[in-house]
Amino acid sequence: MSEITITSKYNIKSVKASIKEIFEYKDFLYILIWRDLKIRYKQTVLGIAWVVFQPLISTIIFTVFFGNLAKIPSGKLPYSLFVLCGLVFWQFFSSSLVGASDSMIANESIIQKVYFPKVILPIVSIMTSSVDFIFNVILLLVYAGIIGYFPNWSFFIVFPLATITTVVTALGCGLFISALNVRYRDVRYVLPFCIQILLFLTPIIYPMSIVNERNKLIMAINPISTVIESVRLTFSGNGTLSPQFIIISIISMICILIIGFIYFNKTQKFFADII
Amino acid sequence: MSKPIIEIVNLSKKYKIGTRQTYYELGESFVNLIKNPLSILPKRIKPKSDGQNTEIWALHNISFKVSQGDRIGIIGRNGAGKSTLLKILGRITAPTKGKIHIRGRIASLLEVGTGFHPSLTGRENIFLNGSILRMSRSEIQRQFDEIVYFAEIEKFLDTPVKHYSSGMYMRLAFAVAAHLRAEILLIDEVLAVGDVTFQKKCLGKMEDISQSGRTILFVSHNTQFISRLCDRAILLHEGRLIKDESSDKVVSYYLQSELGTRAFREWNQKHRAPGNEVSRMKSVKILDKNNNMTDSIDITEPVKVELIYEVLKEAWSLVPAIQLFNYKGIVVFTSNDTDIYWNKRIRKIGIYKSIVTIPGNSMNEGGYFVRIGMGTYIPWRKHFTERDVVGFTIIDSGKKKSARGGYVGQIDGVVRPLLHWETE
Repeated sequence: MSEITITSKYNIKSVKASIKEIFEYKDFLYILIWRDLKIRYKQTVLGIAWVVFQPLISTIIFTVFFGNLAKIPSGKLPYSLFVLCGLVFWQFFSSSLVGASDSMIANESIIQKVYFPKVILPIVSIMTSSVDFIFNVILLLVYAGIIGYFPNWSFFIVFPLATITTVVTALGCGLFISALNVRYRDVRYVLPFCIQILLFLTPIIYPMSIVNERNKLIMAINPISTVIESVRLTFSGNGTLSPQFIIISIISMICILIIGFIYFNKTQKFFADII
Repeated sequence: MSKPIIEIVNLSKKYKIGTRQTYYELGESFVNLIKNPLSILPKRIKPKSDGQNTEIWALHNISFKVSQGDRIGIIGRNGAGKSTLLKILGRITAPTKGKIHIRGRIASLLEVGTGFHPSLTGRENIFLNGSILRMSRSEIQRQFDEIVYFAEIEKFLDTPVKHYSSGMYMRLAFAVAAHLRAEILLIDEVLAVGDVTFQKKCLGKMEDISQSGRTILFVSHNTQFISRLCDRAILLHEGRLIKDESSDKVVSYYLQSELGTRAFREWNQKHRAPGNEVSRMKSVKILDKNNNMTDSIDITEPVKVELIYEVLKEAWSLVPAIQLFNYKGIVVFTSNDTDIYWNKRIRKIGIYKSIVTIPGNSMNEGGYFVRIGMGTYIPWRKHFTERDVVGFTIIDSGKKKSARGGYVGQIDGVVRPLLHWETE
């Protein structure tokens, strides 16, 4: 028979216990993902079209303004492919982040009625966004193929690592901001603005090579910079990222996850009271 | 003897007044930080007590044990701490002090239809809702037919629930919840939903569940139901456990004491009373024309609402007010004290009594709830208001001359004034 003790004491559950609990609630996790996807892709064709439409339009706009008019260099890649590479991952990151940050408020009615490990909610929204991501990656590969570019073999190593990095970063930030969002309800108005700024601080519309050495290292704190740069390299064929750059990004990613997780865990007990 | 299935030890829950339902704004906190940069430092010095307690104990030192198979009713008026207790047991919110040991799987039915999504079909929502309530997939599949049969929605199983009537929606929601299998069930009586026939079915189902040997904690206002379904009852009042005995004893105590009547409300703990630094409520009472306390009054007779309050600061003129709600939650009317003498005079410190009389033959039959408030006209200020303070029922005995006339059926309407008719 399971025995539970409820107390007021705040004890950080060990990471192991938290993960074990998520596994106990995996049915619950699946059904929430299933619910979100069901609602999102109710009209299958329209759902996919809408998902692909967003990066496509952004690519066209960016190509016209930054590629053709401002003539931002894009290395060996045509500007359109260059920017689409960046946007596919950026879109995944930003939609995961927005979804995760809003997940507590969006599921407020469930939080107030039943107990479950709340960490499931940001995970659910990232999983849901990853389905959109799959369609966007297909779009990227198809477009690259049409204009005659094919990624080299390293794509099969870089792509999974890049995806994991994006998920972990989005989860870390999402945990932190979703907990903050419960406390401070105006965070949701500030967030889109921050994402907008971050878009320009990430090498999406411009290559990392035009940034000076010191600033490059600062930009590496954002793991998405490394993700985008390395995926581009698989298309353009040669060149490598400096190891320094990769190490900074990995450390930063781990820190983001730990901070997000700790802050989330610390505040989640009282979500139902203030939400 | 085996260990109790639930053991509650010195459980307390504190809420800060005003923060119970609210959250902060980042902008606001930021401005405060700029105005007072030191506020970010941890406070060593306790803030000066201004006599006004900003914290309330929703539960205070509650201890009791529940054995396997117990059926326990929890009674008490609004704000007694019943739902807070269920929420803590359901692990939805954490206690401030104390401990609970739970030995078994617990399922709480605090509200039906948790997680229902309007654009999903009935079938999909059964699975969604079931797994939110921690039923496994196979468990839901096994009970699926029974749930559908109980909810009477066979024909609409594949229709999105947004096209359901509210009755169908509630029936489905209750049906899923009622088929939950858990060792310990927390049930809120408001679960009995829908039209009268379905309500009977719901209550019947609850009776079945209670006979199935499971442990049940049951919150209800319906004292008859508690004494029928539960062997033991717990009476809560202002967060404290007043009585814990056989349900018959507790129910009769509750009904005889002033706790059971809806016609009287008194605030003994100052910090729980509605009020502010200017004035504070002491009690509210419903009286009949002979000034006897009662909670049911004939439709032809006047109803009096007596407000007793304390003025704490001599600075404002005060206007007490009441607002009457019918059982559907519709505001029937609002009434302020229109006495010019008191409206303009600054109230001296002391205790005051205001009585408002609602004339007979003005409202329809049924249950009413009173909201009280205190304000000032010049300069305009709302000091405080409090909903559902007292309640009463208007009954139509048909003995005296009322607006009913000779008609015997149900008379619709929010009000039922006796009007003057003339025919030529």
